[in-house]
Amino acid sequence: MTEDLVSIFIMGKRHVVPSGLTIMSAMEHAGYRLIRGAGCRGGFCGACATVYRVPGDYRLQIGLACQTVIQPEMHLAQIPFYPGHRADYSLDDLQPTFEAVVTTYPELLRCLSCGTCTKACPQDIDVKQYMAEAMRGDIAAVADRSFDCIMCGLCVSRCPAEEVQSNIAILCRRLYGKYLAPGAEHLAKRVLEIEEGMFDDDLASMKSLGEEELRRMYDERDIEPE
Amino acid sequence: MSYTPQMHQSLRKVESTRQARLHEAFPMMEPWDKRTILEKYHPDYKAESMREIRVGVSRGQRMPLELADVIEGASHLTSDTLDLAQVDYDTDVLVIGGGGAGSSAALLARENGAEAIIANKLRHGDANTIMAQGGIQAADKPGDSPAIHYLDVMGGGHFANHPDLVEVLVKDAPLVITWLEDLGCMFDKEPDGTLKTIHGGGTSRKRMHSARDYTGAEIMRTLRDEVRSYPHEITVLEFAPAIELIMDNKGQVAGAVLLNIETGEHLVVRANCTVLATGGGGRLHYQGFATTNHYGATGDGLVLAYRVGADLAFTDTMQYHPTGAAYPEQIVGLLVTEKARGLGAQVCNIDGDQFVYPRETRDVEASAIIRECVERGKGVATPSGRVGVWLDSPMIDIIHGSGTIAKALPAMVRQFGRFDIDIAKDPMLVYPTLHYQNGGISLRPDGSTGVPGLFAAGEISGGVHGRNRLMGNSLLEITVFGRRAGEAAALQSQEVQLGKLTLTHVDRWRQELDEVGIENPVNSPILLPDYRRELR
Ligand SMILES: Cc1cc2nc3c(=O)[nH]c(=O)nc-3n(C[C@H](O)[C@H](O)[C@H](O)COP(=O)(O)OP(=O)(O)OC[C@H]3O[C@@H](n4cnc5c(N)ncnc54)[C@H](O)[C@@H]3O)c2cc1C
Ligand code: SF4
Ligand code: SF4
Ligand code: FES
Repeated sequence: MTEDLVSIFIMGKRHVVPSGLTIMSAMEHAGYRLIRGAGCRGGFCGACATVYRVPGDYRLQIGLACQTVIQPEMHLAQIPFYPGHRADYSLDDLQPTFEAVVTTYPELLRCLSCGTCTKACPQDIDVKQYMAEAMRGDIAAVADRSFDCIMCGLCVSRCPAEEVQSNIAILCRRLYGKYLAPGAEHLAKRVLEIEEGMFDDDLASMKSLGEEELRRMYDERDIEPE
Repeated sequence: MSYTPQMHQSLRKVESTRQARLHEAFPMMEPWDKRTILEKYHPDYKAESMREIRVGVSRGQRMPLELADVIEGASHLTSDTLDLAQVDYDTDVLVIGGGGAGSSAALLARENGAEAIIANKLRHGDANTIMAQGGIQAADKPGDSPAIHYLDVMGGGHFANHPDLVEVLVKDAPLVITWLEDLGCMFDKEPDGTLKTIHGGGTSRKRMHSARDYTGAEIMRTLRDEVRSYPHEITVLEFAPAIELIMDNKGQVAGAVLLNIETGEHLVVRANCTVLATGGGGRLHYQGFATTNHYGATGDGLVLAYRVGADLAFTDTMQYHPTGAAYPEQIVGLLVTEKARGLGAQVCNIDGDQFVYPRETRDVEASAIIRECVERGKGVATPSGRVGVWLDSPMIDIIHGSGTIAKALPAMVRQFGRFDIDIAKDPMLVYPTLHYQNGGISLRPDGSTGVPGLFAAGEISGGVHGRNRLMGNSLLEITVFGRRAGEAAALQSQEVQLGKLTLTHVDRWRQELDEVGIENPVNSPILLPDYRRELR
């Protein structure tokens, strides 16, 4: 990594840090010990939502602090928490229908299709589009399109209609997974077999083997081809 | 960012050998060679990186220096720091750590009639679970069986595994897949509903189930959303790590002291039963290795459990994942999922030659990569002075059809794409990274430990994986044993009569440290690593 230094502004305050760092390591280099705003440090948990602006551009940009490299003279602040609304529901009581989704989240229908959420998403998900699909009651489409959502809340923070897109999305994914995805017959069959004790003898006899015998079986076991 | 000109030279060689390699099967290592390479190159075998601990029930056990230091650490508290009669929360079951294991435990505790609290260090779900990409194992296909799964687990663990734990793991596996599906997890499927399964390192059957390469995220966010459906029965506390277990005067674990990590306030939780599910310790950075683990993986639960007398097992074996990112610098140490090799990506050296079967068990694969770089000098150097070998991802689209990478590995595509590396076109540079704690608190099949009132589940536990865990058996373990511990704790909590709460064990511990002459112990658990002014 180069030793070049750049200045950045963390919540308005100037710090000089080595170039090439992520926003997260730049903050740490500047002396912050993060408590909020850091979770997985690998782009999976959505804890590190960050808003920033670079010189010469009036527009706010967004990114994950653990995944975004700093730019010279960048102004930034983290949004580690956003008080979005989660409806009170239990999946068992719902049906996989448009009615269920819209009764759970009536605000869904207030979406203006403005597309601000899509611009905000660090996962490059077309959030506006899955909201449109939700409004059409196409639960399977929402489930598929929103799949990579890390629930960072950035779309929520920017929405003029005060939608909680990520919560609508997880509701649809769960409805899809539980009710709409085709069932796996081989799995249901295996569960029955286990409950009937079909493998108990096999397992018991394997457990009773000494290490040497087990090792021989292991070394000689056949491997399913690719 | 993309690759440097020197790296491009090597990449051209990788491209030039690719066609031939498509038809070339590099042989798996013979058992004897495996043992030799492990002894010579696996980080666990570096004698000077481990030491014996000098206090407690597992005194004499070897573990990495960095872990030994926190295990032999001093408490943040003494018995008179707090008035334990001032109870802030009273509950049936306290679950410490809300990753996959802890969330499963809380759900099953509720299902079995208990009220539960989940205490989290960070947010609920900021955990190793959410980072798991590759998959979860279960023997549910016709050509497979729990017994075959058993054999794979035992062999992978070098036959040191606890057979009773392995039996439970493989038998419960199809059941937890069903449970997760019923909660709404979207596993990858064929149009007819057949679950898609592939191989993982050390599997003899294709039994790795996935949810694209967000398998852990899908499981974690589903469990978390389910927990949120019961706000009256499961209380979720965030930014409130446990810093000590509380005992009662009958020798039972009776809850914990939590620290409000933002205000410094202490909270007393009184619980009839306690489940430790704090996960692993990658952020202790054994031997200076980079890690795949989340920010809060600092081995806290081992420290707490050991102070109340829980046995530890296999703490001298850590898993180094063979393929951590070695370039670009911003993502060094982060995981490149094993699924990439499962789908056919080969591992190549600077000359574009294969040097190891791509799906050896992780310890063997990692050792072979270290040998290739360190002994044979066939690694590729990065500008910051690291070395790595190529993981030839473009092969995946060639083998399975173009678009497969985008569909099967979106998280990886995105991770590298942020730094202008298109993994469908160019390979990734990789090197082993600290990944998983194979050992931990000794466990029984119902999730109980030897200490009354204390249960454990997940990466914190030791025994089920023996000396080496296979990919996909950890997401399995956290759901299997999380559920079991939650259920057992709930049932036991109905019977428990707690006595007077005390922290005198903390004073006794301090005395023990003094007696063996441990001077200036660190205060542990350490809760978070400190990266201020450090480039990681
Ligand atoms: C990058 C990555 C990829 C992986 N891929 C796979 C895979 O494909 N397949 C597989 O099977 N396994 C995989 N694993 C391993 C697997 O994900 C973990 O072993 C497993 O999820 C651990 O679950 P857990 O619930 O035990 O711990 P975690 O999920 O880590 O949860 C522990 C929780 O406890 C909290 N905590 C810690 N200390 C305290 C404290 N003092 N007080 C309160 N809370 C505390 C933590 O912050 C965390 O939230 C992967 C791991 C990583 C890191
Ligand atoms: S930002 Fe809000 S209103 Fe605009 S498209 Fe997205 S959800 Fe709809
Ligand atoms: S959809 Fe919203 S919550 Fe999900 S990743 Fe995108 S911005 Fe974040
Ligand atoms: S810390 Fe988890 S996404 Fe950045």
